[in-house]
Amino acid sequence: MEIFKQNKTYDFMGKRLPFLGFSALLVIVSFVLLFTKGLNLGIDFSGGTLVQVQYTQNAPIDKIRDVLSTNEKFDKAVVTKFGSDSEIIIKIPTSTTTLGKDIGDDVRDILKTTGKYEIRRVDMVGPKVGNALQEKGIMALSLALIVILIYVSFRFEWRFAIASILALIHDISIALGAIVLFNVDVNLDILAAILTILGYSLNDTIIVFDRIREGVNTSKENHLDSVVNESVSMTLSRTTLTSLTTFFVVLTLYLFGGEIISGFSFTLLVGVVVGTYSSIFIAASFLVQLNFSISDYRAAQAEKDKRKKDKDRLRAQFEQGTV
Amino acid sequence: MKFFNYRIVIFMLITVFGVVFSIPSFLQTDEGKKISLGLDLQGGLHMLLGVQTQKAVEGKIKSVAATVKYFSDNEDILIEDLMIQKDHLSFILLDSDEETKLDTMLAEVTGLDINKGSDLIYTIKLTPIEIEVVKDMAVSQAVETIRNRLDQFGLAEPSVVRQGKTDIVVELPGIKTQEEEQRARELISKPANLELMAIDELKADQVYNLTREEAQEIGDVILEDTNDPKVKYLIQQIPILTGSQIVDAKVSFDQQTNQPIINFTLSTFGAQVFGDFTAKSIGKRLAVVLDGKVFSDPVIRERIGGGSGQISGNFTVNEAGNIAIALRSGALPAPVIMLEKRSVGPSLGADSINASMMALMAGFVLVVIFMVVYYGIGGIISNIALVTNIFIIIAVMAMFGATLTLPGMAGIVLTVGMAVDANVIISERIRELLKAGQSIPKAVEDGYKNAMSAILDANITTLLVAVILYAYGTGPIKGFAITISIGILASMVTAILGTHGIYEALMPKMVKDKNLKKWFGLN
Repeated sequence: MEIFKQNKTYDFMGKRLPFLGFSALLVIVSFVLLFTKGLNLGIDFSGGTLVQVQYTQNAPIDKIRDVLSTNEKFDKAVVTKFGSDSEIIIKIPTSTTTLGKDIGDDVRDILKTTGKYEIRRVDMVGPKVGNALQEKGIMALSLALIVILIYVSFRFEWRFAIASILALIHDISIALGAIVLFNVDVNLDILAAILTILGYSLNDTIIVFDRIREGVNTSKENHLDSVVNESVSMTLSRTTLTSLTTFFVVLTLYLFGGEIISGFSFTLLVGVVVGTYSSIFIAASFLVQLNFSISDYRAAQAEKDKRKKDKDRLRAQFEQGTV
Repeated sequence: MKFFNYRIVIFMLITVFGVVFSIPSFLQTDEGKKISLGLDLQGGLHMLLGVQTQKAVEGKIKSVAATVKYFSDNEDILIEDLMIQKDHLSFILLDSDEETKLDTMLAEVTGLDINKGSDLIYTIKLTPIEIEVVKDMAVSQAVETIRNRLDQFGLAEPSVVRQGKTDIVVELPGIKTQEEEQRARELISKPANLELMAIDELKADQVYNLTREEAQEIGDVILEDTNDPKVKYLIQQIPILTGSQIVDAKVSFDQQTNQPIINFTLSTFGAQVFGDFTAKSIGKRLAVVLDGKVFSDPVIRERIGGGSGQISGNFTVNEAGNIAIALRSGALPAPVIMLEKRSVGPSLGADSINASMMALMAGFVLVVIFMVVYYGIGGIISNIALVTNIFIIIAVMAMFGATLTLPGMAGIVLTVGMAVDANVIISERIRELLKAGQSIPKAVEDGYKNAMSAILDANITTLLVAVILYAYGTGPIKGFAITISIGILASMVTAILGTHGIYEALMPKMVKDKNLKKWFGLN
């Protein structure tokens, strides 16, 4: 079976401006969402307490809200359904530091009048830990970008590195935008998902760039647009296939993985789609926009080869004792 | 026919390794190394505790003061106004002839910063190095103490590990109910600071007229009764003995009231100090103070030499048991506070396992079918690599004794999707070459060669991200990073080396058959 004909070349670069425009629009919308509505930080980063309760019958949400509002400790508590009708999540923006009786135990006591239930999960994160996790998260993200920049510059060329980083920023911005739009609670697992998208999308982009690098060295074409079109078209079937298998898997994770992991799999789902789109339509366009020059690259490559040859020759002469 | 090439031999060895070492994990056998489930999958309590180390420094000052007092009493050195301020203690030496004797004694205590003012006023602080040592000791001792207490609480495999300078991670799998969890937390948090102190009989009747500051000025503290906070005692600030001298503590029952009480036994040194003190204090009262509350104030009738005593109060049997455990396992040198807590009930953990297993299975089946439909026998070869890959991930994790968390499960699921990537790249390259009219052996050989740089670059960058995730992640995120990293490394072996070996082994057949649709899914 084949989806794309391998020997057909599509003119991606000819239509790059509309795609870049579309992407710019998505990124701008994402940024607007980020700065107006803002990320819905979960307790991992903002600190606080989360209690997950499962009732034996439908959860009496109104009654639970009433009971909680009678106690001033819980007047900022938010009660939401979680997955099914019998399960709820109570989010409280505060936490306690005592080991003995803590805020989770208080919730357990105060709910006693609301029916038969089981406390299934209590997460409590102090403000200090929340801040530390936030710092660590930002550090991890920045460090990942820097390491990638260095590695790609070393293996390819600086314009490839810039283009891949821009594509990553594009992907992550849109994923963050989707997270804001769908009100996903941003906890540690979402950070992991974002970093996975980073790795995944980069993976895709590198495969395309690898082909472009190969094309620049071997293609008969001298025009960058044509080389890029050729290379992207040749990798099209691979990019789509891998994305499809990954997409299937993440989709099953989203559909069957349970409520706890749904934020994580949702983020990945968005990431896979955006990452695939950007490695086909966007990443290489940046390369063209950055005025990557085939002739310069070939000249530099030839220079490198020549120097290597000279060195080899000198070494050979040295070993033979002629120098 | 040349079926065995070096690639397929290595691949087979690795497959055997993967299968053998993952069996204990799959079957959850008793023997052999296996993956243990994380707390989010089996249920349990995870806590990050902070030790308030400053309090340990204050405690150390207190014990230095007790030593000074014991020594000067014993050697008849006259000192006055012995007082503890938060981070230092001070006293006046009255008899200047004793100066050298006192100084020699003080010199034996390490880590003191001694300042001698005019009129022989001594101010004693801890040196900065000593403060660091005390703080560090406080944390490692807290780890030891909490571990001891949890061991005696009777839970399976509690884990108590120090993290960073002042924090401790406590993990308790197998906690079933919230009530049980609360009891465990209360046990951990008990400072269990037992102090045997002397009641200031001279001014005892003024206790209700004094403020805390005034009491401190005369070297006393005001402590409340454990049963009735309105009852107060005026007690000499410097304890006779602290809980560090306790060697054993047991619950027993008062013969008259049948109330649970705690009997404790002192060390030899403790017994001697206690004996000396009681001999000198007949007719006066002793205060048994636990965590800043007075539990009893018996009158001393005679010298108590045996080195044992008891704590009575309105305990339940459970409370008395907790206190006895806490005393036996030693005091917490400094209070601990909760920084982070994650508690998962066993039923939720089971639900998470089922859900992620379901996702893993469904995703796996989809990918496997897709690969066969798209690449024919080539797809089957990739699927063999994929299955081996999962076995290897499980086996390697088991060998390292890693725990499988929910994000870790997600990592394995994701690996299934991404691990076929290398095979897709290779298969596409082979197809390209076949279409260009290459012979099958040449196409396979060059297909692998051409695909190599892309696969390496792509996997290395993903691996770099995974390493950063591991370095900066906490708990569960680390699990995700580990599974992804192992998955990537394993896929390099299975997808590159393994499938290549299988192609080579089948080469004679392929060459004879020449059916490109059957072998490579080409139209």
